[in-house]
Amino acid sequence: MSAVTDKPSVRKSRSSRDHTERGVGDNRRIGSHVLLGILAIYFILPLWWLLVSSTKSTSSLFSSAPLWFDNPADFVDNVQGLFTHQGGIYWTWLGNSFLYAFTGGVGATILAILAGYGFAKYRFRGRGVAFGFILGSVMVPLTALVVPTFLLLSNVGLINTPWAVILPSLLSPFGVYLMRVYTQDAIPDEMLEAARIDGSGEFRTFFRIALPMLKPAIVTVLLLSVVATWNNFFLPLAMLSDPQLLPVTVGLNNWTKLSNAGAGGEQVWNLITSGAFISILPLLISFLFLQRYWQGGLAIGSVK
Amino acid sequence: METTTSPARAKAGSAQHPGTVARRRQRVGWLFVSPFLLIFVIFLVVPLGYAFYMSLFTSTLAAGKSFTGADNYIKAFTDPIFLEGMARVGFFALVMIPLQIGIALLAALVLDTLATKLSKASRLLIFAPYAIPVVIGALMWGFLYSPRFGPATTIFEVFGMQAPEFLSANLIFGSLVNIVTWQWSGYYMIVIYAALRSIDASIYEAARVDGATGTQIALRIKVPMISSSMVMVLIFAIIGTLQFFTEPVVLRNIAPGAIDAAFTPNMYAYALAFQYSQFNYASTIAFSLGILVFIGSYIFLYFTRKQSGLEK
Repeated sequence: MSAVTDKPSVRKSRSSRDHTERGVGDNRRIGSHVLLGILAIYFILPLWWLLVSSTKSTSSLFSSAPLWFDNPADFVDNVQGLFTHQGGIYWTWLGNSFLYAFTGGVGATILAILAGYGFAKYRFRGRGVAFGFILGSVMVPLTALVVPTFLLLSNVGLINTPWAVILPSLLSPFGVYLMRVYTQDAIPDEMLEAARIDGSGEFRTFFRIALPMLKPAIVTVLLLSVVATWNNFFLPLAMLSDPQLLPVTVGLNNWTKLSNAGAGGEQVWNLITSGAFISILPLLISFLFLQRYWQGGLAIGSVK
Repeated sequence: METTTSPARAKAGSAQHPGTVARRRQRVGWLFVSPFLLIFVIFLVVPLGYAFYMSLFTSTLAAGKSFTGADNYIKAFTDPIFLEGMARVGFFALVMIPLQIGIALLAALVLDTLATKLSKASRLLIFAPYAIPVVIGALMWGFLYSPRFGPATTIFEVFGMQAPEFLSANLIFGSLVNIVTWQWSGYYMIVIYAALRSIDASIYEAARVDGATGTQIALRIKVPMISSSMVMVLIFAIIGTLQFFTEPVVLRNIAPGAIDAAFTPNMYAYALAFQYSQFNYASTIAFSLGILVFIGSYIFLYFTRKQSGLEK
């Protein structure tokens, strides 16, 4: 086994400790805060712009100050526009994004938990070879698989169905890697042996004892795979042509394309900004609420 | 490694003979990993194999499908469009990866020495772009770059200057670098920060007693101790950069003159497959890209194997 697993890689946050005792003088602290402040402004400014812009009509998008509100009440008009433009297809897109991200993300997580646990806690023939392949595949760029996957799925008639997006999203070799490393650290073999001696079956032990202990890693892998599916652009772009099936990312990109083409009736800049703003809220909110899980979870497998 | 070879026949509840138990465990182990392995084979091994198979053939309307062996590869590696695309993403990688990781490392090291409300807030703000879909991020920056919508014109006017044309062919490289840096630095920062948090702080005390300064502690103790995280983050940055696709595709809508349809190898493969129906050549490009990225990451991993957490 590698040195990665020498000790638990995820420990309780030390945030409660007083970090000033680490010897940072007041001047350094001011300098550090200024630096962080500048970075924070750079990283948040586009989001501020989007918030402001989502409350503007198309004409005030062009004419008013870009970084401040013009007439916030216009947000209501924009949302109404999202319900009426092309028959409210925006909400179908948003629903599709939820469907794909949820089924793809949850499915990938379940597979990763099972496989990670299997690799970590059972010695079986072919284990080393199988895991070696999975580890190597972490380095295969998944976008290189889109064209051949498209050709394969078109042979079985799955193109232009939700399955064409959901099924390939179940593949998360990195998730398996994370779950394996975490399981090795978090669940001692002795505990499983004790459960076996008490007469608990393998699957019962897994569900009753192991699963609750894996919670931080499960949340992390779930978030990572939901984000990956929610973010994916190449896959749905290639697989789906029916506008009713598109996720919100591809849909909004199509609106931008049309608006840029300058076709009079298709210039919906206000709907693009407000639609984009609404579409980023679910993930932003989940990250905010689950931060104590994923922040620790992201260190899995990366500390000796 | 066990030596059991016969198919597991043991039933639950049979006499607990040690060999039987071991065999049963083997079977349970396979049960746990097989659902993933199934998906792995169907959506990774088979597509890769199929892409390779497709790349060995050439289809034309006149002659139909014919076996052409390595011809497509010879064509690809002498195709100026593909080579130019590869060179372009290579150049992107050289600029973008040090920039992203540098910002991420700096921010993480600074965050690690502070525990104030302000620092916690900035940590979340810097991370926030990761939660934004890449398409939306690119759309937003497209607006911000635009002379019609963006704040750049207003800001530069204050200083009596004309805003640069971010979407022109000259500046599009920097504009794309900026989008990617904005999108990913925060994620890398959080990974590095989480690794820094799990170092035992008593090490720093010892160093300080020996007279080490804050910067020395950061560079001589903290960075080496999180080298496996750094390697992992670098691998992901390499893989991500070389498969560059979404940002240029989205910006191409508003800057078609500066970004052509074969700007990156992925875009080239997409255009070949879905605009020109050249599926064999598209498969060749996709497969070549996959192999090149794999080899690149593998070499990097090989030279950093002592530090990496991925060896096993």
